[in-house]
Amino acid sequence: MSFIQYLVSGLSLGAIYALIALGYTMVYGIAKMLNFAHGDIIMVGGFTAFTAISSAWCPVWLSVIISIVVCTVLGVVIEKIAYKPLRNAPPLAVLITAIGVSYFLQNAALLIFGSDSKNFPSVVKNAPPFMLVYENSGVKFFTSPVDTADKLLLTISMETFVSIVVSLVIMAALTFFINKTKAGKAMLAVSEDKGAAQLMGINVNATISLTFAIGSSLAAVAGVLMCSSYPLLNPYTGSMPGIKAFVAAVFGGIGSIPGAMIGGILLGVIEQISKAYISSQLSDAIVFMVLIIVLIFKPTGILGKKINEKV
Amino acid sequence: MSMLHIEDLHVSYGAINAIKGISFDVDEGEIIALIGANGAGKTTVLHTITGLVPPKSGSIVFNGTDLTKTPAHKIVSMGMAHVPEGRRIFQQLSVYENLMLGAFTRKDKAEIQESVENVFKRFPRLKERRNQIAGTLSGGEQQMLAMGRALMSHPSIILMDEPSMGLSPLYVSEIFDIIRSVNESGTTVLLVEQNAKKALSIANRAYVLETGNIVLSGDAKELMNNDSVKKAYLGE
Ligand SMILES: Nc1ncnc2c1ncn2[C@@H]1O[C@H](COP(=O)(O)OP(=O)(O)O)[C@@H](O)[C@H]1O
Ligand SMILES: [Mg+2]
Repeated sequence: MSFIQYLVSGLSLGAIYALIALGYTMVYGIAKMLNFAHGDIIMVGGFTAFTAISSAWCPVWLSVIISIVVCTVLGVVIEKIAYKPLRNAPPLAVLITAIGVSYFLQNAALLIFGSDSKNFPSVVKNAPPFMLVYENSGVKFFTSPVDTADKLLLTISMETFVSIVVSLVIMAALTFFINKTKAGKAMLAVSEDKGAAQLMGINVNATISLTFAIGSSLAAVAGVLMCSSYPLLNPYTGSMPGIKAFVAAVFGGIGSIPGAMIGGILLGVIEQISKAYISSQLSDAIVFMVLIIVLIFKPTGILGKKINEKV
Repeated sequence: MSMLHIEDLHVSYGAINAIKGISFDVDEGEIIALIGANGAGKTTVLHTITGLVPPKSGSIVFNGTDLTKTPAHKIVSMGMAHVPEGRRIFQQLSVYENLMLGAFTRKDKAEIQESVENVFKRFPRLKERRNQIAGTLSGGEQQMLAMGRALMSHPSIILMDEPSMGLSPLYVSEIFDIIRSVNESGTTVLLVEQNAKKALSIANRAYVLETGNIVLSGDAKELMNNDSVKKAYLGE
């Protein structure tokens, strides 16, 4: 396989990490907490979509929407029940609560779905891959298998393609929402100074709920995309991608929205490239090593905000 | 009836009683100064009025509504703006975005634009820097932005917490001129200051706060000639 091939699969995985990392970073920015249950929302999203798709009557698109709705509500409810009462508690108490919520979600899934891995049906099951083939006349584009293996440049599965496109569209929409709408500006204001935001008339509780809702809906999308590309679904499916996305958020600068996007994509690319060229066993270690090196030279992450000195 | 009436207000932070039963009034059109040393409880009073800190007991009635039962984010749309201590502008956002957040609860786009123009007329420096990131403004400019942001809600009363803090003498004079002119254009002002001399010079009436109690009150000009005020706050 070619370098470009690995690059594309890294982009696809990285785009999914970015969606998850956005949830981490937005919640951190606004509630100043690490929501370690965030990864498990991915798993809930996967199981919800799996259950809906498995029932004969539910079309795929509706299953995805149901999954998004379930995760959005779940995220908001978790915040209300578990985190809101601890808004003024020491950070360690909040962190332990988040870990507790994470175990709760995993065990609930274990109870309902058992520990056996399910085979997740891809949401673009019957769509053919794209192929780019190099011929004398230049690069050609096919959507059905062709017999020119020696000149094959690149095969992009529909899952890879959809992951990249959907993630990019969502990231663009989110960027627009945050920077151009009133609710988005309110989120920026709350993340910088809750008290001052209240003086502006911003409802801080509602803004925090909105942040959890957005983060969890992105996690649902990430769950569906990830399970479509990597179809094994079990109660622990969310934890490793959750941790990687957390790393991606720190890598990009925790609290920074473009940072989470860049961090997620870089992480996916580094992971796939090192899997291909160095060692598939060591790829995770390499990812963490890169993180450590970046943090040594730039402790706030790639796009981390400096603490503003008062003039 | 007065515009803002505070009755037997007690505020505590855990075991620390910061405000120990104070009462005072602000009438429409006035500039009221609340002066006192560092740690006297001035900021606590303003924070309690706008709901950032809950009172232990007492009432805060603004135009007939008890603010102690009103969520903090509902207060600005009732016509009360607060320029907090340390300015607390949104450092990451531009000057213009900060101003627009000041108008967060207002709906009418045309009226908001008119308010922006008015703020820019009052603070030409903000107009020049409208797209600059607020955190990169100088201290005096940040104070102007904090005041402009408060004015964007079109308040009937504006609470200001140490607007002169940390500013050069030139800026201090400018800020006090602006406070006076904001008041002349019809906005009531409750001014908290450590700079008692300046505050008393523009206020109609004043209250002196000492470790959570109001120990003196009255006409600002009379307080300026009061011996204990002179000794404790005017450095004479
Ligand atoms: N968040 C807080 N927690 C505990 N004590 C506080 C807090 N804020 C203020 N205080 C205490 O309350 C008293 C009044 O403080 P403050 O209202 O800030 O005074 P001033 O604005 O007059 O300097 C001080 O003793 C201060 O230490
Ligand atoms: Mg103070």
